[in-house]
Amino acid sequence: MLGFIIQRFMQAVVVMAVMSVIVFCGVYAIGNPIDIVIPPEATEEIRLNTIRRLGLDRPLYEQYFIFIGNLLQGDLGRSFVYNVPVLELIGGRLPATLELVLISVISATVIGVSLGIYAGYRPDSWLSKTIMAVSVLGFSVPSFWVGLILILTFAVNLGWMPAGGRGDTVEILGIEWSFLTADGLSHIVLPAVNLALFKLAMMIRLARAGTREIMLTDTIKFARAAGLSEATILRRHLLKLISIPIITVFGLELGSTLAFAVVTETIFSWPGVGKLIIDSISVLDRPVMVAYLILVAFLFVTINFVIDLVFALIDPRIRHGASA
Amino acid sequence: MSDQSTPLRRFWAEFRENKVAVVALVVMVLMGLLALFASVVSPQNPYDLANLSLMDSRRPPGFVGSGGYTHLLGTDPQGRDLLSAIFYGLRISIQIGLAAGFVSLTIGTFLGILAAYLGGRIETLIMRMVDLQLSFPAILLALVIVAMLGQGKAQLIGALVAAQYAYFARTAYGAAKAERGKDYIEAAVATPLSTRLVMLRHLLPNCTPPLIVVATVQIANSISLEATLSFLGLGLPVTEPSLGMLISNGFPYMMSGRYWISVYPGVALIILIVAINIVGDQVRDQFNPRLRR
Repeated sequence: MLGFIIQRFMQAVVVMAVMSVIVFCGVYAIGNPIDIVIPPEATEEIRLNTIRRLGLDRPLYEQYFIFIGNLLQGDLGRSFVYNVPVLELIGGRLPATLELVLISVISATVIGVSLGIYAGYRPDSWLSKTIMAVSVLGFSVPSFWVGLILILTFAVNLGWMPAGGRGDTVEILGIEWSFLTADGLSHIVLPAVNLALFKLAMMIRLARAGTREIMLTDTIKFARAAGLSEATILRRHLLKLISIPIITVFGLELGSTLAFAVVTETIFSWPGVGKLIIDSISVLDRPVMVAYLILVAFLFVTINFVIDLVFALIDPRIRHGASA
Repeated sequence: MSDQSTPLRRFWAEFRENKVAVVALVVMVLMGLLALFASVVSPQNPYDLANLSLMDSRRPPGFVGSGGYTHLLGTDPQGRDLLSAIFYGLRISIQIGLAAGFVSLTIGTFLGILAAYLGGRIETLIMRMVDLQLSFPAILLALVIVAMLGQGKAQLIGALVAAQYAYFARTAYGAAKAERGKDYIEAAVATPLSTRLVMLRHLLPNCTPPLIVVATVQIANSISLEATLSFLGLGLPVTEPSLGMLISNGFPYMMSGRYWISVYPGVALIILIVAINIVGDQVRDQFNPRLRR
């Protein structure tokens, strides 16, 4: 088991290193940041000074090593636009995004898996067909469009929910949270539903596909022959067998939801990281872009690493295959 | 069904059993035709600035404009007839979806089959790269690439391809890997046929069914991704609005109750994407041997 963990850990480190090079080169190949930082009426002297101060006169590989050196010390640079440390900027926005993402993904998984198992267990009932029809819709309809319709229906026409913002927050451990106040909760409902819908559809499909395939296998036949009740079969055997793809997707979706939050946050003016990155891209605020991408990559690599470990715990074949 | 019928006929006979899929196919073809003949069926050419009048902007559905005809779906902030704008937008969205889909299909399939056929270091290199990319959300990748390349049709297609080719590569690799071990490929390799011929004539045709399924889904995804990027203001230039751009243009007016500018292009977009997905679903079910009776 230890060998397996070390092997996966090394892989994660290599991926992270490659990712940092790609992101750095990719982002720093864009445009010319000097035009953004320095006003056009600045003198040539100010111009050159600023370029030197930001280290933009050095070759790209030197800039990269300086960047990595700083990164390892927890310094991701300063935003060109806001002139505050990037980490502070992102850190201040992160709780809002995390709150939204966690609420969405967890509710989507719990509801989606239950509905999916039902739809796979009774594929011909009308309820299953309705569930699948809704899931096709949730899968196909672009997320931003659902957001618009939610705003139009519940905020503009019915007036039940606010159309944007975070509402009142409660401060716990120095971080502001929305979901603990009634007002904050009413603000989070629409964006959370918006963000969860796609994941919900995906979970329903995964659970249904897994259930349909596994219900036809000998495992279930023998469990029935042994006289186990259907509820026990579903809970003890089916759920375990369909869980591997679901756990993978749950993990990956945590990350991709974070990315998709970009869209939802823009529509609902949710003051999270996603809105920050869109604003940064439009003004080419490179340090923020690089830091955001590196953080997302780090998150992905960490999640993948954790998923691999969870797999090894659930499925002895993976654990033994690796150590053999 | 007689056994003499061609595989295509058998495929169609099975397809026809699912009424929903048939309707979806009809809708899909219809929308394709509308897009193709947009200039014929539209009451107005929405790109011709001489045709537009700001007097007509943001009018509700049913308004009779200065052009003398009824705007069935209303007009947008630039005074374009929304129905015409939707037809033209449909054309751009489909164009971009198809272009991105086919380029990704070509590049992805090539890489996937190459990796499976050659094996060794090249296989490891290609598939590692693909896996790395698959673990990264497509929307984010597309976002960054558009930001890097700037705005325009070619740039947008490039971003969509870069974000999506990996799905094709993975699928082609999986299928080709399974075929590679079979006797007929070994036999073909043993003949003096060139590597290229074996890959093209023998390996590729047997990998197509899963690729067709991925292609349908990915074309729908490209269309949706393009709309999302346009909505975020990172897509096409404003002069030739795709469906996503039309929706985006209408967003600020929605709060004041002018819903039609965003809603109708969105409805068109959804009908298109849902239709493609339903057809894709049916095709996948038919190709899946595990669901065979």
